Amino acid sequence: MKLTLKIWRQENSNASGKFQTYQVSDVSPDMSFLEMIDVLNEKLIVKNEDPIAFDHDCREGICGMCSMVINGRPHGPLKGVTTCQLHMRSFKEGDTIVIEPWRANSFPVLKDLIVDRTAFDRVIASGGYISVNTGNAQDANNIPISKIDADEAFGSASCIGCGACVAACPNGSAMLFVSAKVNQLSKLPQGQPERNVRVLDMVAQMDKEGFGFCSNTGACEADCPKEISLTNIAALNRDYLKASLMDQ
Amino acid sequence: MNWFSKFLTSSIGQKVIMSITGLFLILFLVIHLIGNLQLLKNDGGESFNIYAAFMAHNPLIKVVSITLYASILLHAIQGILITLKNKGARKQKYLVSNTQTTSFASRQMALLGTLIFVFICIHMGDFWYKMKFTDELPLQKYATHTEYVKDLYSRVYIAFQQLWIVVVYVISMVVLTFHLLHGFQSAFQTLGLNHRKYTPVIKAIGTVFAILVPLAFALIPVLMYFN
Repeated sequence: MKLTLKIWRQENSNASGKFQTYQVSDVSPDMSFLEMIDVLNEKLIVKNEDPIAFDHDCREGICGMCSMVINGRPHGPLKGVTTCQLHMRSFKEGDTIVIEPWRANSFPVLKDLIVDRTAFDRVIASGGYISVNTGNAQDANNIPISKIDADEAFGSASCIGCGACVAACPNGSAMLFVSAKVNQLSKLPQGQPERNVRVLDMVAQMDKEGFGFCSNTGACEADCPKEISLTNIAALNRDYLKASLMDQ
Repeated sequence: MNWFSKFLTSSIGQKVIMSITGLFLILFLVIHLIGNLQLLKNDGGESFNIYAAFMAHNPLIKVVSITLYASILLHAIQGILITLKNKGARKQKYLVSNTQTTSFASRQMALLGTLIFVFICIHMGDFWYKMKFTDELPLQKYATHTEYVKDLYSRVYIAFQQLWIVVVYVISMVVLTFHLLHGFQSAFQTLGLNHRKYTPVIKAIGTVFAILVPLAFALIPVLMYFN
């Protein structure tokens, strides 16, 4: 396959970036999107040019590191897929592909396609945990949890924190991420003691990071590689409302 | 900051304000429509004028109307603040914008809302202002009513004989349809009312409401123009 790539190049967070066009040939339809960039980078390195910086780690769709907006869609056109699991067979010979970093004020570009997502870490640090004393691990079935609750908590917990929701949202809102991280704990008995404080603190931190507000467009849900549902956001709203009213 | 102001200034709190004022305005649309359908009654405006006089003088209605004016303003101001915040959350825009996964209405709520606000100003200036603050309207006496009432009906009739006013009203109702298509179900989602069983029902009711109510409103000027 021969492709034309328009890729965002930016030296560092202070520099102003611009799009640069690259022609790539010999692209196999079996390559993953990241492998295609690897091939381009090898050529750039041989030519003594600066390779394109991009985030990646596991390359099997579970770590949440890869982050490219491909033709306007975070993680590209496929549903429920991360950039690393997107293959070139999803594109056609001669296609022009525009590749941009996640764009949101809360995710400043560090270099090229790499953005700083530590805003998410600070949201988690503000309350996305349960406090337990260390010691021997409890027996797994000590606390009975219904299958439905366990499944729902697991559904929320499948969020890999990649930030595609923020990238996809017209408002740059982090509500899908925060709601998944609140719900994975609020559905389980272990999450109850800190439930109110958790949701109040995590929403406060989310607001402090400067993310936009949710306007229920559903863009996040459509592009989430783990297909986290909007019902999580409704549950977050419910929890936040209740915690604001009831917390002492 | 106490918990209440903390809640109201939070991102979710500000959305809850939009939701509650929005739902109140949706409720108002129903009441307003029921009252205004009397314009189509073939009695020379008698029942409509008596109804308008009742609405202008009943003390309970006065309280409700003040709540309504406050809701419109709060919904508009809060909407502007949220839009500014949201537009500002992504200073560097995408080269390729994604419009495939979201509806036109959900992306353009602020624009649609602004158009509706302009319409409300024109609409209230035309009828509400003239009814409440001027003596422009002629008085009418009906056998069924003890007092003289202002003839708002003839004012409405004159307005709806002008084609451009009818066109403005019909276009505004189309805009309202799009605003409601997203707004109706969105209000429930913001309040956390999302449930496997009921959300599809809410969405269906919202769609039917968003089409039927503005359509009925639009029929009033159209039918009065052609009669």
